[in-house]
Amino acid sequence: MAEVAKAKDLLFKPIIENNPIALQIIGICSALAVTSNMKTTVAMCVALTLVTMFSNFFVSLIRNQIPGSIRIIVQMTIIASLVIVVDQFLRAYAYDISKQMSVFVGLIITNCIVMGRAEAFAMKNPPIPSALDGFGNGLGYSFILLILGFSRELIGSGSLFGVTILEKITDGGWYVPNGMMLLPPSAFFLIGFIIWVIRAVKKDQVEQDQFRITANSRVSDAF
Amino acid sequence: MAINKDSVSGTLIVAVLVCLICGVFVAAAAVGLRPVQEQNRVLDKRLNILQAAGLYETGMDVEAAFERIERRFVDLESGEYVEMPDSYDQRKAAKNPDASTALKGGEDIASIRRRPDVAEVYLSVDDAGDVQVIILPISGYGLWSTLHGFVALQADVNTVAGLGFYEHAETPGLGGEVDNPRWKGQWPGKQLFNDSGELAIEVIKGTVDSSSDKAVHQVDGLAGATLTTKGVDNLIQFWLGENGFGPYLARLRADAAEPAVQGADDSVTLSAVN
Repeated sequence: MAEVAKAKDLLFKPIIENNPIALQIIGICSALAVTSNMKTTVAMCVALTLVTMFSNFFVSLIRNQIPGSIRIIVQMTIIASLVIVVDQFLRAYAYDISKQMSVFVGLIITNCIVMGRAEAFAMKNPPIPSALDGFGNGLGYSFILLILGFSRELIGSGSLFGVTILEKITDGGWYVPNGMMLLPPSAFFLIGFIIWVIRAVKKDQVEQDQFRITANSRVSDAF
Repeated sequence: MAINKDSVSGTLIVAVLVCLICGVFVAAAAVGLRPVQEQNRVLDKRLNILQAAGLYETGMDVEAAFERIERRFVDLESGEYVEMPDSYDQRKAAKNPDASTALKGGEDIASIRRRPDVAEVYLSVDDAGDVQVIILPISGYGLWSTLHGFVALQADVNTVAGLGFYEHAETPGLGGEVDNPRWKGQWPGKQLFNDSGELAIEVIKGTVDSSSDKAVHQVDGLAGATLTTKGVDNLIQFWLGENGFGPYLARLRADAAEPAVQGADDSVTLSAVN
């Protein structure tokens, strides 16, 4: 086993230096779907952070007992159980939000961040660091999602958490909302910008080209 | 551990144990939280009935407002009111072969397979006992899920008072926009029937041309959600058509055309029709 990483690194590295969305480019699906307003964004962040933390914890707890041949399915069972429990709690205590998020709560099961951390970290590390790693990755995911949710709701609907910040022209104000921000593709553009900013500051995240593009062929080459 | 975890028996034991523990865990959460969820569902359904009827204002007490709403049962075949126990659940009845009718291919435009024989309707009455708004439950298949909701009609049984869905699992941001107040806001004022008395309301693809003489019957589709739009159109056609509430609406319209009977005690209305 590699030397046990420090708690602080486990918690805060995934936010900028090793962000699951910006660097690892995983978990994009739900990042597009639930970020059109802050309310569902925050609910998704909390749900995913809890699930990642606990799934890492439980997977790590029984990592020495999990047979290699069925380890993925065991991880999936644990993750799925946690997601169902979170979904049930949302339905009981945050009915509105759970209705808006509909299938995307269930889809946390297939979120690559949860599976990825269970397989890559929790299977090799003790429970407490694993839980911290899960929590940290949840924070990294939340960091991006909150930026997305904030910009999309503010620019798209002129409000935050449903409270009007910029008076819309349809309600007699001055702000013409950008409807595109409410549609999923806008989240793609925003994630692109975020990745660009992070990599402009932290040059070591820039990937090497995997191939070189050759110069265009000239007409004379054909003869 | 004494046994080899990678042997066949070890694998089986771990698999069974993980399933058992997770199963108990999930079942406990589901059963323990069910009463709270049920309460939420009832409250949400009532809220939706009020919203569809245009009777809801933000912050009002749903329970108190609901006292003005009367629940009645309609035999869909004949369109007459019938007596049913309070516990009658239309959605359960739709799955029970004894209390529902299977729909043949061509009839089943809303893809609901079975239609309950008796449907509930909610009538909003004013102080004098006159019916102001008629609220009908509607359901049908969209893209991913069955949408359940209500459509509310004015007392003239032609003008839409509102429409809303309380349960669906359409894609958030696309089909999920059926919950968007702006889209729902187009419904009030639309006319169900054209001059010759045929069902003319429809949800079209794209935007309604307001200069067209059909505009009063048409509602904009949802951008980026063709199949959900089609589903909503289908379920409206079905539930307001002859296999849905058609006979009931026809009866109410006949009543409304006879002002002497309108607003009278319901038993009188019934006998007048019989």
